[in-house]
Amino acid sequence: MEFIYDFSKILLATIKDVLPIIILIIGFQLLVLRQPIPHLRRLIVGGIYVVIGLALFLAGLEKALFPLGNIMATQLSDPAFIYGTGEVAEHADWKAYGWVYLFAAMIGFATTIAEPSLIAVAFKAGEVSAGTIKQWGLRITVAIGVAFGISLGTFRIVTGTPLYLYILVGYMIVIVQTIFAPKNIIALAYDSGGVTTSTVTVPLVAALGLGLSATVPGRNPALDGFGLIAFASLFPIIAVMGYAQLMQWVTHRKIKFMGEKNAL
Amino acid sequence: MILSIILKKIKQSIIDLLPIILVIAFFQIFVLKQPLPQMGEVLFGGLLVVAGLTLFIQGLEMGLFPIGESMAHALARKGSLFWLLCFAFALGFSTTVAEPALIAVALEAAEIAGKGGLIDQGKESLSQYAFGLRISVAFSVGLAILIGVMRIIRGWPIHYLIIGGYVVVMLMTIIAPKEIIGIAYDAGGVTTSTITVPLVAALGVGLASSIRGRSPLVDGFGLIAFASLLPMIFVMGYGLIIF
Repeated sequence: MEFIYDFSKILLATIKDVLPIIILIIGFQLLVLRQPIPHLRRLIVGGIYVVIGLALFLAGLEKALFPLGNIMATQLSDPAFIYGTGEVAEHADWKAYGWVYLFAAMIGFATTIAEPSLIAVAFKAGEVSAGTIKQWGLRITVAIGVAFGISLGTFRIVTGTPLYLYILVGYMIVIVQTIFAPKNIIALAYDSGGVTTSTVTVPLVAALGLGLSATVPGRNPALDGFGLIAFASLFPIIAVMGYAQLMQWVTHRKIKFMGEKNAL
Repeated sequence: MILSIILKKIKQSIIDLLPIILVIAFFQIFVLKQPLPQMGEVLFGGLLVVAGLTLFIQGLEMGLFPIGESMAHALARKGSLFWLLCFAFALGFSTTVAEPALIAVALEAAEIAGKGGLIDQGKESLSQYAFGLRISVAFSVGLAILIGVMRIIRGWPIHYLIIGGYVVVMLMTIIAPKEIIGIAYDAGGVTTSTITVPLVAALGVGLASSIRGRSPLVDGFGLIAFASLLPMIFVMGYGLIIF
């Protein structure tokens, strides 16, 4: 009974999310385009699937993943777990937090693979590139980027180093990479930074950040709890461009190698 | 026949979710060494997640992608730049202004600003601040999609625009009040919701494929990147003006 109440609340919120889009599309069709929409019935069925599917997905996350993620984040960042019992550290020792970094990286990777927005973008990218960009290749590359980003983000919270330094350096790397990366990957790389921070990743990562900054000695949740999301959207850009550069370099070498072989 | 297609889709969703299950199992069994609390609830939730993801992806292919592309084609055929830009702006603005994640971040930001003594602690001033923040983020996303669509039509190279944007973000980070920086960075992340992303991606790709001389891969993507860059600039700008 309680579940039905929860689910209808989430369903209602999802419908509210979609409502402006529906109004906008109907308004434009009726007033500006003045054409019937092709395959209308299929679209409506698809739209209903999207709304119900997303509501189920969110309800399931709230039931299973989020409570679990919260508990695990608290347990892992608990000083009793990190320093052993009885000992209370005055200053955070960044070397003691190995499990936290590993958990951050793995949960970042895993949630990114499950992220519906990324699935959508990877699907489109595979379609328009006629298969040269593999759906799974893109998703795994982005997930590795998120894993590294969030892990570094937890390191930042533990050490208490300022956020903007990391972000500024990250942006510098992105700018330099943009100059050298193959031109057809750039737009997609930038987009993959925006799509990683969505339904699944944000709540879990936010819980980890807040839990960590509340338990690490000398950290303030209001100041240090933020910023993990920024890491999660910066590093996928670097990862995707880096992967494209690596592929380009490998192909170049291969061509050069073949050329030398032929010359002999 | 239909059953086997459905089974295949469900299998795909399970593969998508497998890493999460493995990570949680690994940490529970080997690191934390504690039994899972409320096993039944968790299993039930897991089933819902699989069913939901399967339905969502099915709906994506049937509904969201086609409608985004057919709108893009229809607007490109109509040939009116004005209406196309109107649509782009309205799409960005309307999907963002009511976004629950944004509302949450805006309220949080108001509280932090209130505690920091940057604005009046009264309830009215806090909600006014949160509302202003929401409107400025929604406006910036609308503008971002508009600029992105303009770029697709004109074929401007994306890297100049994005690098320019990043340089502005970096400069503003130096002068903006410290309390707003974390929120500004996060605002860039929360604007791109799960329903908006496929629609916007389909719009961009559809537009790029219906304009001669544009490549869907090079020109079709990038709208989401603008939608997560401009809010950062606007939120920091809002912080600079208000404080």
